[in-house]
Amino acid sequence: MNVMAEVRAESLVSRAQRVAAVAAQHAEAVDREGRFPREAVDAMIAERLLGIQVPAVHGGEGATFSEIAELCSILSQACASSSMIFAMHHIKLSSLVEHGLESAWLTAFMQRVASEQLLLGSATTEGGIGGNLRNSICAIEIENGVCRLEKDATVISYGDYADAILITSRAHKDAAPSDQVMTVFLKDQYTLERTHVWDTLGMRGTCSDGFLFKGEAPAEQVFPKPFAEIAAQSMLAASHLLWSGVWYGIAADAVIKSQNFIRAAARKSPGQTPPGAIHLANIANQLQMVKSNIVAGLKTYEDAKRDEEKLSSMAFAVAMNNIKICSSEMILPIINGAMLICGIMGYKNGTPFSLGRNLRDAHSAQLMISNDRILGNTSSMLLVHRQDTSLLG
Amino acid sequence: MKDKIRDILSRLGKLPVAVDSLADDSDLYTAGLSSFASVQLMLGLEDGFDIEFPDNLLNRRSFASIDAIAATVEQIIATRKVA
Repeated sequence: MNVMAEVRAESLVSRAQRVAAVAAQHAEAVDREGRFPREAVDAMIAERLLGIQVPAVHGGEGATFSEIAELCSILSQACASSSMIFAMHHIKLSSLVEHGLESAWLTAFMQRVASEQLLLGSATTEGGIGGNLRNSICAIEIENGVCRLEKDATVISYGDYADAILITSRAHKDAAPSDQVMTVFLKDQYTLERTHVWDTLGMRGTCSDGFLFKGEAPAEQVFPKPFAEIAAQSMLAASHLLWSGVWYGIAADAVIKSQNFIRAAARKSPGQTPPGAIHLANIANQLQMVKSNIVAGLKTYEDAKRDEEKLSSMAFAVAMNNIKICSSEMILPIINGAMLICGIMGYKNGTPFSLGRNLRDAHSAQLMISNDRILGNTSSMLLVHRQDTSLLG
Repeated sequence: MKDKIRDILSRLGKLPVAVDSLADDSDLYTAGLSSFASVQLMLGLEDGFDIEFPDNLLNRRSFASIDAIAATVEQIIATRKVA
């Protein structure tokens, strides 16, 4: 067996744990300096984790969303920014894996992602659309087999560090705002001019600067499937599930820190239950709810997968929206509870119980696709969709 | 039936183009039907034809064109007659 095959054969989890160990070493510096977690991403590449979702016949390992979500959770217990980059890369890769096989170019590109461990970035946000990624202002121009696009992308996470960017636009210059396509541009096919700097409360290492994007590429790099279908059938589910994996890891790390704190206190005063112990029971309960919710969501996705009708149904969209709302909201009281347990040791930076980064990173969850927007979308669907009231269905 | 569908579509579809300019098989999403407007359209159709869409028909394909809507509505009415 060659070295490459040996690396692949090892379990995904132990490979992610090795990446997490590297990410943990640099997490504080990444957060403080708001810099790209180069070491962690290099470790992902060394462990060949960027191509795992690609089917084995195309050079990957056919990893499922459930497996990838587990890796997101492992990574975010060390460094949430690194984990979020990993999640966003795989969300983009899911569009290729689920919808790229009908195009020879996209299939070949997916093979390259696996063999060369290319990092995929995303540009779905645009100045002027009010945060609704299902609308575009910019339009792609296709002429003589060449496509050109200019986009005022207010956020491109790790834009400077991606090897390719998957970018949305209107399908042509006369297209309606919701008639969108997605196109792959390789690094040497675009320029980025920075317009906004990502100096934020948390998730600082994702380096989600704003850029003016200008690209030109062969037209075969446009996804044949309308972006509306890509979004509905895989991208929104991938986002909500993998992000939830990241957020779960942030909260799980906070629970572990507070459990360590309580156990240390209990050892110091045998026979007495430390006063914060009741909070620990409470946040452990809440963490279990988040976990159950995500696991149920992953099962819903894996069951619906490859059934286009189910994936396009309202029932599925409502379920995925609910996963995102639950995990993004629940992690905040969990981390707050952890703070009550660890007290000043949790509030201070540089202790084994520091929770500042967990708290700041976790606050991004309700905002990345605003929960208000998601609830608005769900409430509109509930005008016609009837809730399934069965327990197991 | 298609005239009635066109009437409901023009009131609730919020399309950036005139409904008259669309063929029966034109893709309504390409024409600019948003997800919010599609829900309003479904409600209008339920009211207009006195039907309820079952969950298995609440997907993009059922409302992708005037033809598709007509087929969806006919299917529901036919099922009701049998029942």
